[in-house]
Amino acid sequence: MNNKIFVVITGALIGVLAVLLAKLGNPPNMGVCIACFLRDISGALGLHQNNQVQYLRPEILGMVIGAFAAAVVTKDFRVWGGSSAFTRFILGFLVMIGLLVFLGCPLRMILRLSAGDLNALVGLLGLVAGIFVGTIFLRKGFTLGQAVIQNKSNGYIFPAVFLAFLALLLAAPAFIFFSQQGPGSMHAPLAISLGAGIVVGVLAQRTRLCLIGGIRDLILFRECYMIYGFLAIFIVALAGNLILGKFNLGFAGQPIAHSDGVWNFLGMMLGGFGSVLLGGCPLRQLITASEGNTDSAVTVAGYLTGAAFAHNFGLAGSAKGVPVAGHNAVIIGLIVVACIALLNTYYNVKARTSSR
Amino acid sequence: MSEIVDARGLACPEPVLRVKNVMDKIGCGEIKVLVNTVTAKENVSRMAKNQKWSVDISEEGDDWLITLNR
Repeated sequence: MNNKIFVVITGALIGVLAVLLAKLGNPPNMGVCIACFLRDISGALGLHQNNQVQYLRPEILGMVIGAFAAAVVTKDFRVWGGSSAFTRFILGFLVMIGLLVFLGCPLRMILRLSAGDLNALVGLLGLVAGIFVGTIFLRKGFTLGQAVIQNKSNGYIFPAVFLAFLALLLAAPAFIFFSQQGPGSMHAPLAISLGAGIVVGVLAQRTRLCLIGGIRDLILFRECYMIYGFLAIFIVALAGNLILGKFNLGFAGQPIAHSDGVWNFLGMMLGGFGSVLLGGCPLRQLITASEGNTDSAVTVAGYLTGAAFAHNFGLAGSAKGVPVAGHNAVIIGLIVVACIALLNTYYNVKARTSSR
Repeated sequence: MSEIVDARGLACPEPVLRVKNVMDKIGCGEIKVLVNTVTAKENVSRMAKNQKWSVDISEEGDDWLITLNR
């Protein structure tokens, strides 16, 4: 029961921080978005050249630092990995493309909903559909295999990389890109963003908050624990948006969003399907990577690479809609994820029986 | 005779799913579950309590042994 209260408090705090960050300068309905912010980091590092979305987002850096510190202090820091790492990289890559076609991770989807953006409702339906398909494979025995305990030094690399990103953000050398226009140029003051990220990182580490896990466990086990966190984010952000006059119900003219329903649905379906196979949403992957899971670290590398490809090859959605290349990428992504699901469900069964 | 589930190193929600499958198969009895992450330990325990199984957790080196009874 206490855990439920803690997850609700965590959700509520994330809702407050998200609305505040948008009020203090982050892009509209984008107080926090793991997908968008990793895309901005990818751009800041010059991995893509879309000069509208380049910034070393301190929220992400803070989350990693917060989750790492919380895990070390509470002895949750355990270094393990080696469960189909490259498959996870590809899944992370494809999930990111789906999310960038929709324009947001599951967390931003809730924030968009809480501001009245009904396109996010279409995205939610797609996300649920993708998760549902994924759970069918899980029930049939899908697995990416058992991870093993690794040398502890492996677990320090991920947080160290993000600490290095923080140093680059503070030093701002010429080879790091900072958008002068577009969403990448819009940000809350650095210290506030970093502080908010640290708070979210600590809380998400302690509660294991996972937005994919919430819907997945409801489908698989009728388990509501995570859904309470989900609802708390929505309700508090909704209240915040109403108070600040940022609530605008409708499909058209929503900030950093498009109204192409088919691709909002299919983009999020790809995100949901891939994320279920990975075992969690982008927020959760970021947190587990910080607490020593090197498979999650590989997944985050997949996200960053996917974001770079999404912008280098014009796959991502924008306020103008989704380019044809983005349509093709989502279809290919769904096919590839389905193949990965099939191969790791049925091929595994065969391998196990033949070894007996 | 208790059923044994080795759920070490498995990602969410596989540990819970494997334990749930055994619960559905045997109905009542004893299940011993080996896990090595805090998340798996918490998730398996929560699901077991929801399904009215008693939960006992002990440390086994780097792992946890969860003993479930009904």
